[in-house]
Amino acid sequence: MTEELRRTGLYGLHLEHGARMVPFAGWEMPVQFKTGVMAEHLHTRAHAGLFDVSHMGQVLVHPRDGKPETAALALERLIPAAVLGLPEGRQRYGLFTNDQGGILDDLMFANRGDHYLLVVNAACAEQDIAHLQTLEDVDIRPVTDRGLIALQGPEAADVLARLVPAAAGMRFMDSRAFDWQGTELWISRSGYTGEDGFEISVPDDRLTEFARALLAHPEVAPIGLGARDSLRLEAGMPLYGHDMDETVTPSEAGLAWSIQKTRRGGGEREGGFPGAARILAELESGPARTRRGLRPESRAPIREGVDIFAGESGGDVIGTVSSGGFGPSVGGPIAMARLDPDIPDGATVYAELRGKRMAVAVTALPFVTPSYKR
Amino acid sequence: MLKYTEDHEWLRAEGDEIIVGITRHASEQLGDVVFIELPEEGREVEAGEEIVVIESVKAASDITAPVAGVITAVNGDLADNPGNVNEDPMAAWFFRIKPAEDGVLDGFMDEAAYNDLIG
Repeated sequence: MTEELRRTGLYGLHLEHGARMVPFAGWEMPVQFKTGVMAEHLHTRAHAGLFDVSHMGQVLVHPRDGKPETAALALERLIPAAVLGLPEGRQRYGLFTNDQGGILDDLMFANRGDHYLLVVNAACAEQDIAHLQTLEDVDIRPVTDRGLIALQGPEAADVLARLVPAAAGMRFMDSRAFDWQGTELWISRSGYTGEDGFEISVPDDRLTEFARALLAHPEVAPIGLGARDSLRLEAGMPLYGHDMDETVTPSEAGLAWSIQKTRRGGGEREGGFPGAARILAELESGPARTRRGLRPESRAPIREGVDIFAGESGGDVIGTVSSGGFGPSVGGPIAMARLDPDIPDGATVYAELRGKRMAVAVTALPFVTPSYKR
Repeated sequence: MLKYTEDHEWLRAEGDEIIVGITRHASEQLGDVVFIELPEEGREVEAGEEIVVIESVKAASDITAPVAGVITAVNGDLADNPGNVNEDPMAAWFFRIKPAEDGVLDGFMDEAAYNDLIG
């Protein structure tokens, strides 16, 4: 059975800009525009890129008793991060975990005063909503009348300030509502590129108009999923379904930092989320493998599924590339794989590519230095 | 005269050799090319054998030998400048092959037939 692909509110605009559309997580999305992945990537790092991320799930979580802490504590039953204590107007990164300690999805959650706004991956949205609906004490309201635009790059703040002057005062991971010509925008200063930038939730009836207003500025170009992937890879950010999934724990995914002290062993609100026993034990003892960066010595990219070995011949597989490709800003191939954390940065391991072992350096992440406005 | 394969290679006869590259259509479909692995000179190849690896920002793909023969030269410049395949695909040749048999080009598409193929 082939399911009908969904289209975002910007579908027509993408075609106008010469997008090549591909199926992605049940949606028809632009993988690239006329100039191609390399130019789009470099444009975003130098100027500002506009990304349609309307396929992602936006979900509101309201406490039934009207008390924000009720919603925070409910979310903490599914998310290992500290939700309670996140100030109003701030956003945080978190994970949904399962009973085995694996990751069901990664998400952003924002404190909007009397409720929370969650942004989840498109492919997981339906499952996440069902998961959230198991919570008592909260109403789960999927947002069905808004699109989501990411504006990313060193010139993003200048451009957005021309349309929404007050947004310029935001800091990294702030999340607030702003007025744009009588329409309420939900803006967070965050993104998935390693650049300064914003994620902007816009009502469907003005989505294309708002995107056009951004694209009218010469700094802004439309960017497809291809460059979104190479940008996040250079920024050392994991992609759900590739660098983590339901069999990979937060520590293995290199995401232990997303579990604040209050939720860890000895913390005020220790545990109380799915898989806590394994996840907390692993935070103490360290995982057997964790996500590392890889820099092949040759120019040949090593992609997802390529096996990594300790030596030039023989031996067992010590890890498998979970994401990999070419980093346009790095100027060479880059990849990520889960490897023994005791392997030092700079050590040489070997990727088996088309039957040949290629030398690869293990590196720290990210590959490019982020430029967030903290 | 140029001939074309269904795998979007262009073939140009020069003396008793054939020069092989990929078409603009193919280079556009591949996207930005970032790495090319060429066969060794002197290698004897079968028709349809995968002898070139092209990696673009999106994916890896193979180029096959259009005919059986011997590789007489490869364009080593592409290893350092893989992007030439996108900039000028008709000039960015991959390899020269000396066919094992005569008249092998006759079976391939001419430009009109190739343009029909890519629509």
